[in-house]
Amino acid sequence: MTGQPYRLPAGGMIDRRRPVNFSFNGRRLTGFSGDTLASALLANGVHLVGRSFKYHRPRGILSAGTEEPNALVQLESGNRSVPNLKATRIELYEGLTATSVNCWPGVRFDAGALIDAAHRLVPAGFYYKTFMWPRGGWHFYERWIRRMAGMGRAPTGPDPDRYERMNAHCDVLVVGAGPAGMAAAQAAGRSGARVILADERSQPGGSLLNMAANGSEIEPDWSSGVAAELDSMKNVRVLSRTTVTGYFDHNFVIALEQVTDHLGSNAPVHLPRQRLWRIRAGRVVLATGALERPMVFANNDRPGVMLAGAARAYANRFSVLPGRRAVVVTNNDSAYEAALELHAHGMAVAAILDHRGLVDGNAVRGAREAGLDVLPGHAIVDTGGRRRVRAAAVAKIDHDGTLAGPTRTLACDLILMSGGWSPAVHLFSQSGGRLRYDAALAAFLPDHPRQSVRCAGAINGAAETTSCMREGRSAGLDEEPAPEASSTSPKPPVQRQVFARYRAGEARSFVDFQNDVTAADITLAAREGYESVEHLKRYTTLGMGTDQGKTGNVPGLAILAGTLGSPVPAVGTTTFRPPYEPVTFGAIAGRDIGALADPVRQTPMHAWHEKAGAVFEDVGQWKRPFYYPRPGENKRTAVARESLAVRNAVGIMDVTTLGKILICGPDSVEFLNRVYTNAWDSLAVGRCRYGLMLGEDGMVLDDGVTANLSPNRLLMTTTTGNAARVLSWLEDWLQTEWPDLDVYLTSLTEQFATIALAGPGARQVLAGLVDDIDVAPAAFPFMAWRAGRVAGLPARVFRISYSGEVAYEISVPAGHGMDLWMAVLQQRSGYEVTPFGTEAMHVLRAEKGYPMIGQETDGTVTPLDLGMQWILSSKKDFLGRRSLRRSAMLDPSRKRLVGLRTEDPEAVVPEGAQILPTPPSGPPETMIGHVTSSYWSATLRRSIALALVMGGRERESHTVHIPLDHGTLRAEICDPRFYDPEGIRLRG
Amino acid sequence: MLLIPCPWCGHRDESEFTCGGEAHIQRPADPAALDDADWADYVFMRTNPKGRHRERWCHSHGCGRWFNVERHTLTHDIVAVYRMGETPPDHGEADGT
Repeated sequence: MTGQPYRLPAGGMIDRRRPVNFSFNGRRLTGFSGDTLASALLANGVHLVGRSFKYHRPRGILSAGTEEPNALVQLESGNRSVPNLKATRIELYEGLTATSVNCWPGVRFDAGALIDAAHRLVPAGFYYKTFMWPRGGWHFYERWIRRMAGMGRAPTGPDPDRYERMNAHCDVLVVGAGPAGMAAAQAAGRSGARVILADERSQPGGSLLNMAANGSEIEPDWSSGVAAELDSMKNVRVLSRTTVTGYFDHNFVIALEQVTDHLGSNAPVHLPRQRLWRIRAGRVVLATGALERPMVFANNDRPGVMLAGAARAYANRFSVLPGRRAVVVTNNDSAYEAALELHAHGMAVAAILDHRGLVDGNAVRGAREAGLDVLPGHAIVDTGGRRRVRAAAVAKIDHDGTLAGPTRTLACDLILMSGGWSPAVHLFSQSGGRLRYDAALAAFLPDHPRQSVRCAGAINGAAETTSCMREGRSAGLDEEPAPEASSTSPKPPVQRQVFARYRAGEARSFVDFQNDVTAADITLAAREGYESVEHLKRYTTLGMGTDQGKTGNVPGLAILAGTLGSPVPAVGTTTFRPPYEPVTFGAIAGRDIGALADPVRQTPMHAWHEKAGAVFEDVGQWKRPFYYPRPGENKRTAVARESLAVRNAVGIMDVTTLGKILICGPDSVEFLNRVYTNAWDSLAVGRCRYGLMLGEDGMVLDDGVTANLSPNRLLMTTTTGNAARVLSWLEDWLQTEWPDLDVYLTSLTEQFATIALAGPGARQVLAGLVDDIDVAPAAFPFMAWRAGRVAGLPARVFRISYSGEVAYEISVPAGHGMDLWMAVLQQRSGYEVTPFGTEAMHVLRAEKGYPMIGQETDGTVTPLDLGMQWILSSKKDFLGRRSLRRSAMLDPSRKRLVGLRTEDPEAVVPEGAQILPTPPSGPPETMIGHVTSSYWSATLRRSIALALVMGGRERESHTVHIPLDHGTLRAEICDPRFYDPEGIRLRG
Repeated sequence: MLLIPCPWCGHRDESEFTCGGEAHIQRPADPAALDDADWADYVFMRTNPKGRHRERWCHSHGCGRWFNVERHTLTHDIVAVYRMGETPPDHGEADGT
């Protein structure tokens, strides 16, 4: 006793010896190995699986595959939980737990369904019309609307599973392992090509899996034979459970492999949960098949209303009869085959209603011969039942859909519909291919490809399995398919669905089941002027669900076309965009999470900083000590202590991260003349110079000190964050604009470790560490550099300063960085050497009024704005020079660098704060600038700030107003050089 | 993602490259002689053709070399690749340049 009342006694591709226990909405149920969650639910007679997005209407299982709009579930709980998965795509495993989404307290009684009664208040676009008052009110309403119209819930904790990414290359990528795809892979594989065959299901076969074993025109074991042959070919890789979700330029294709999703908690630990394949294919064969369309009629969304092909798949593949007595409604022949097979499995067929008035052909004759009641020119006008369909009201219709007879009611527990088939052109369209509308099939087909891609099988509208295979073989070999032998009887055309005319009263006919878009919504939108499909989509949300309108889009377009009175191809389709199926964030991120998200760069002295308890600051990928708090200190007190140590004694700082570029070649000086604003001809060997680099737009790009090492060899330093950017900027000019310059650039950033030694005692400390460098001020002046040994290590010492004190930067080979650091800390000059971090350095340079790249500059600041006219050479051209003369750059109202002194010396202004010329009086305010840097200066025992203010120093000694969340600060504009403006100390 | 044939390294993924925008924009020999409009034209103005477009690319995560690519902006077809200083292959003018 299986307890599965709708399971057929025999057949199907399930393993009846392996029952599988699972739970749905707390109910314990049993299915078989080989089931999907949907087929197992149907076997247990469960049709009501969820509530709809907007109206909370009861919904059942519509399809058997990727196109499912209704049967969305939350799978598992906790951090492994996944919301909004399609029950039709979840393979059953032991212990599976799933719950319905979008209902409270439960799927059978859902409080949200009250909104269904009030549906007239919430037509398409209601939130644009209704919730806009008062101003700003949307932000209040939005929370409630989102809650009402929510779907599943995302887990809140970190994902415990592992995901991987794979790169692959192949000659031929075949998408879809139905008859066309398998034939393509077989032909391509036999030709010796490297082939990847990807299919979303657990086993190959495609539509053959859904057909009755005796129902197909080909040998029953064809697909297993081909599958075995493909497995044996070393040049063929078959990826099952792999959905191709994106088709990008130059045949770059993304596919998601669900490696262990079907194993649940039994998944082996060595395997990732999912794998994202990035495939570059020489050619692509799309054998993606076709998706059946629903019919649009009143209350067509009740549980028990299902696609005819889906019911066929449940019966043949899963051995489940989704109902006992079906009414079939169709506009094409395929539903007849489904009805016949289901009938053979023991399902009663109350009637086959065909929108087409005149029907004939093999399918129809077969149905009649089997004793089925075929009613041409009939339609369903309404359905009955609440949580499950119980009846269909049917009537005769004219060719244009007008009711042409009395309505009668047929009892049933299943309505099977087929509105024709939509070829799965999604990937073809993503690849840039053009579509064409085929009136006989009432479908969009691939037309003109843009990339190296061929389509084969049902995607081209092919209906017969044999023609699919023939097309597949040709596509696999990159040949045009041979013309079809004309002996096979062509199928009668599909009739376009007839809509709307027989719409019954208030009842709603759903087009997009997931987003609750009805035929009336579409006609309303068209009436309101949303006549373009793209507008229609956004206004009604047609096709914007997780299913991306795989079932509803084409009927929706047809309704729009009918309303506008234009042909379907004139209306067109919306753009198909990746992904074809939702992709988890886990798979996209792969292993690039946590510590592997971005490389971390550490200096050779990093271990010491860590041990000293440094708080680190991220600068680009570098970890830099921000400050070194001692016990009992906070940021402010630690930074105050560090900066006072530099002002009064000696500090050391790890400045290894500054970019270092070696510039070699006879034209090096000429090159510097062009890229820096100042002149470099006079820089002697042994000397350094500060340089400022501009973009051609005249904006400050970077700054740094360059030393002349020896004739034709210079060493440039850059800011930490811009090192790579400056190198590529310089390379760009050398390679593309000035190839005549004989200059070579080499990054040495990681080759040297550098420490800055700064403070009034710096000279004395250095003197104790060197024996072959004369550190006397006359012998080693400011802006000079010397080579020698420091603490016994080969070193270059640069006398440069960013703090305003006597300072040296000492570079040693990176491997000696820690030795140098320790030697300086342990020297016996009598000075205590205090390590200081980037924040103290920021304070020290701000006290001096030195602008910092990226702090005072943001790509819109010129050297003139910074008050640095002194560094602009008037004797030569340089990059950006001409831009400085543009009229906009000379506008006196440009924001320029100033200092700010708050009236309250204790108040530290937040960086980024806006500056007003007058006390705030309510919006709109006149804003004249903003604060760029702001600190507590322990040296000056008051707060200091730098700001960019319109008019700049012309406003000196004016009072400005800085409105903050709690009150307004008053400040005076002043000289940005707060400390030692003459620079006596650093030259000392 | 484009597949770009670097003239030095062969076919590589777009992620290894950076695009430097329109090619064959020469820096004026004497910027000081230009008026504001002409200078702005050099600094800021670029063609934006729907069609074939010559642009500079750098194999920044490979050989580090700059080179030229003629690419169709609509189809992303790469029509030609040539090194810096080389004359663009002669198959008619690119659109918009």
